[in-house]
Amino acid sequence: MMETAEAVPGTAERDFGGVDGAALVAGLQAILPAASVLFDPEDLRPYECDGLAAYRQLPRVVVLPESEPQVVAILRLCRRMGVPVVARGAGTGLSGGALPHPQGVLLSLARFKRILKVDPLSRTAVVQPGVRNAAISEAAAPHGLYYAPDPSSQIACTIGGNVAENSGGVHCLKYGLTVHNLLRVRGVSIDGEVVEFGSEALDAPGYDLLALVTGSEGMLAVVTEVTVRLVPKPQLARCVMASFDDVVQAGEAVAAVIAAGIIPAGLEMMDQPATAAVEEFVHAGYDLSAAAILLCESDGTPEEVAEEIARVRAVLEQAGARDIRVSRDEAERLKFWAGRKAAFPAAGRISADYYCMDGTIPRKRLGEMLQAIQAMERKYGLRCINVFHAGDGNLHPLILFDANVPGELHRAEEFGAEILELSVALGGTITGEHGVGVEKINQMCSQFGEAERVMFFRVKAAFDPEGLLNPGKAIPTLHRCAEYGRMRVSGGQMPHPDLPRF
Amino acid sequence: MGRGMDKVIANWADQVRAAAADGRALLPRGGGTKDFLGRQCAAPPLDTRAWRGVVSYEPTELVVTVRAGTPLAELEAVVADAGQTLAFEPPHFGADATVGGAVAAGLSGPRRLAAGPLRDYVLGVRMMDGRGQILRFGGEVMKNVAGYDLPRLLTGSLGTLGLILDVSLKVLPRPVAEATLRFEMSEADGLARVNAWGGQALPISATAWEGGVLHLRLSGAAAAVSSACQRLGGERVEDGEAATLWAALREQTAPYFQQDKPLWRLALPTTAPALALGPQLVEWGGGQRWLVSDASAEAIRGAVAAQGGHATLFRGGDRAGAVFTPLAPALLGLHQRLKQAFDPAGVFSPGRMYPEF
Ligand SMILES: Cc1cc2nc3c(=O)[nH]c(=O)nc-3n(C[C@H](O)[C@H](O)[C@H](O)COP(=O)(O)OP(=O)(O)OC[C@H]3O[C@@H](n4cnc5c(N)ncnc54)[C@H](O)[C@@H]3O)c2cc1C
Ligand SMILES: Cc1cc2nc3c(=O)[nH]c(=O)nc-3n(C[C@H](O)[C@H](O)[C@H](O)COP(=O)(O)OP(=O)(O)OC[C@H]3O[C@@H](n4cnc5c(N)ncnc54)[C@H](O)[C@@H]3O)c2cc1C
Repeated sequence: MMETAEAVPGTAERDFGGVDGAALVAGLQAILPAASVLFDPEDLRPYECDGLAAYRQLPRVVVLPESEPQVVAILRLCRRMGVPVVARGAGTGLSGGALPHPQGVLLSLARFKRILKVDPLSRTAVVQPGVRNAAISEAAAPHGLYYAPDPSSQIACTIGGNVAENSGGVHCLKYGLTVHNLLRVRGVSIDGEVVEFGSEALDAPGYDLLALVTGSEGMLAVVTEVTVRLVPKPQLARCVMASFDDVVQAGEAVAAVIAAGIIPAGLEMMDQPATAAVEEFVHAGYDLSAAAILLCESDGTPEEVAEEIARVRAVLEQAGARDIRVSRDEAERLKFWAGRKAAFPAAGRISADYYCMDGTIPRKRLGEMLQAIQAMERKYGLRCINVFHAGDGNLHPLILFDANVPGELHRAEEFGAEILELSVALGGTITGEHGVGVEKINQMCSQFGEAERVMFFRVKAAFDPEGLLNPGKAIPTLHRCAEYGRMRVSGGQMPHPDLPRF
Repeated sequence: MGRGMDKVIANWADQVRAAAADGRALLPRGGGTKDFLGRQCAAPPLDTRAWRGVVSYEPTELVVTVRAGTPLAELEAVVADAGQTLAFEPPHFGADATVGGAVAAGLSGPRRLAAGPLRDYVLGVRMMDGRGQILRFGGEVMKNVAGYDLPRLLTGSLGTLGLILDVSLKVLPRPVAEATLRFEMSEADGLARVNAWGGQALPISATAWEGGVLHLRLSGAAAAVSSACQRLGGERVEDGEAATLWAALREQTAPYFQQDKPLWRLALPTTAPALALGPQLVEWGGGQRWLVSDASAEAIRGAVAAQGGHATLFRGGDRAGAVFTPLAPALLGLHQRLKQAFDPAGVFSPGRMYPEF
């Protein structure tokens, strides 16, 4: 007979309290040099959080392996002893994905830093998971090639973390996300088995497990090697900067560009509070009197770029742009982007803390979302600055708060939760690229029904039956969703009861 | 779509549950245009064509949501009216191929070289699992990392994990300009040239080499296409003839495919050298090579594996044998456990992909 949902591994919370810590450390020391096994609280401190610093937790032990056989041995030991394992790249994640488990091992891939091969003819690179995103493009540059997905954190984040989060960047509208730029991922299962997902060819036999492990937040396997696709650097890129008097109008201009059959290399939007915050910081030359600006990049051959820029300009004028500037040279183009790429640090500069959201909504609802966020700023008494990967409908509202002021962190979290709930209600998703981690785990209860969540646990169990890889992340237990449901439906009212749900 | 269960779907759910209870199998089937694909499976068909129609389509969102039983040709006509296209050029044979079949088969046509495969365009699905449950994964937005990427897992699963009900696909604007060039050269030169061009910023959207002739299709902005034509040289193929040529490749109506022997699909790193297995038709910049051959599976798979690739017995030959390259034990175990997760009673298309599940 069919098993009930409760019998599916992972659907209920697990306690790992029974692990013998001393035996675990001894076992790990038998695998690794003493200096690669950290357990003093002082040594553990740097690993207590990722980019989402509101959540902190010391692991029981940190390990720093440098070879795949060591990773295999560590995972076998953890499997045998029933110990949770959390993989970590650079710790720039924004959803608490690399938050340690108090009873577990934090497995850092920081020493897997080698670029094993750059092959200009096949346009591929084979790299270890701890290689920084930007280092791949640097290694490919002499061949006129680069690795397209470019998260704003690219100077720090690792390709292993990018695979685990399916990270994007400002150029993914045209060039795709991480999943579109991978050929092969090699990983180790919790059983210590080495598995290859994808292949050096364009596809692989069987199910598309490469797509499945991409974005799986370290829950299915530990990545030990990655083959990425490289693409030729465009001969030329130019950026159009357009100012709008009204945010809704700017949102509509985004839809108009796409409707005209143009897929720009990047299409980003910043509202006035965001331009004001960054201008002070990087002097990008933004029009500070505009309610919103759009940055629209065109790349390709000089002829192609000229043709596209002319079309973009016409569409933006038609859509009511107040002012349009086109970068005259590479220095000016980089200046236009410098502001956008500095949005997070700028938020950190004008506010003690900030909380970055990541919902994705249909492009046509951008204006509606912005108006709702303005109302939420008043409701929660907090400011929010908005930077959007507008071409993809991916929003990064940055909620500004001060954790030292009692109640502000809590209000920021409520503010964020309301944005995420609205993203779902508008037909979108709670996370476009930062992942669920621990941060958005409650909103997973709104995004998916119980049958879907149980299926996620079944898939997880196919890889990791004991639920040892990154437990408690990404997929909420049934109990948690039941609790969350009780909390949310207060007074019999769902948030936004007027909006269609599916 | 609505919230209420449509009668068609309720009926399917009953069929699936009854089959699961009685230990019977079902074979999801659209047009049945390529029953030839995969391993033979004797299960009675579950015809998806009653569940058809475009559910929603907004060109400015670049997304179309469509029922699985919709004819692929109908979907292509709808998006073409808005100046858009399914960029991966799914092969379809006559009028009967369905969208669900195309997604389940996971095949892409000549433009895959530049646009990426079908799976890159799958944003969301609604499906029925082997318990008769209806599940919805992914969505209608471009970027979505909430939960595991199950829509892409279903892509190419040949109906073995469940019944695809609705699928949301990303669509793209049709290229403004296209041109096809013809060159005479050997297979080795062709491979070297297309790989070298791939590293340059050229708007190459498809390549095909066969019998000493390389065809190259350029797509994109008018200015880019014409400057690339000048740069690359070769002989310009007249537009009508070019369209026929690429369609014959996409639909495998070209003479190469009409030979009376098994057809193999070899997937290789694009830089793999010309393989001495007999005359081939080489697509996707060297990444997909077709081989009509009576040679043994061992000989073909051995030569391909030595280059890091895999070989599928695409048409003809022994349909009860290893049609797809056998999986390493750890991977096979994962496949069996995933099959178990979706379809514990083994209702859907047993053995269609591998004999073990
Ligand atoms: C200023 C700033 C800007 C950012 N901008 C962007 C952006 O534009 N786009 C974007 O998508 N993200 C962005 N991010 C988020 C973050 O940089 C990405 O999610 C990145 O991919 C995380 O990489 P990491 O190496 O830091 O991973 P970590 O934070 O260390 O880990 C992230 C997740 O991956 C898992 N993991 C790490 N390595 C492995 C491995 N080898 N095997 C298995 N699992 C592993 C971890 O367990 C965790 O779940 C930004 C972050 C910051 C701080
Ligand atoms: C180069 C090339 C040439 C091709 N040439 C041909 C050709 O000449 N003739 C040809 O017939 N095909 C050909 N194909 C494949 C075919 O065109 C497509 O796969 C087609 O679109 C399938 O549609 P269908 O409805 O006929 O599928 P079907 O044959 O009905 O089904 C295909 C598979 O999908 C499963 N399936 C169907 N619907 C669903 C559903 N709703 N949910 C879950 N599983 C489902 C079936 O069980 C089966 O495994 C070619 C492919 C390539 C790459």
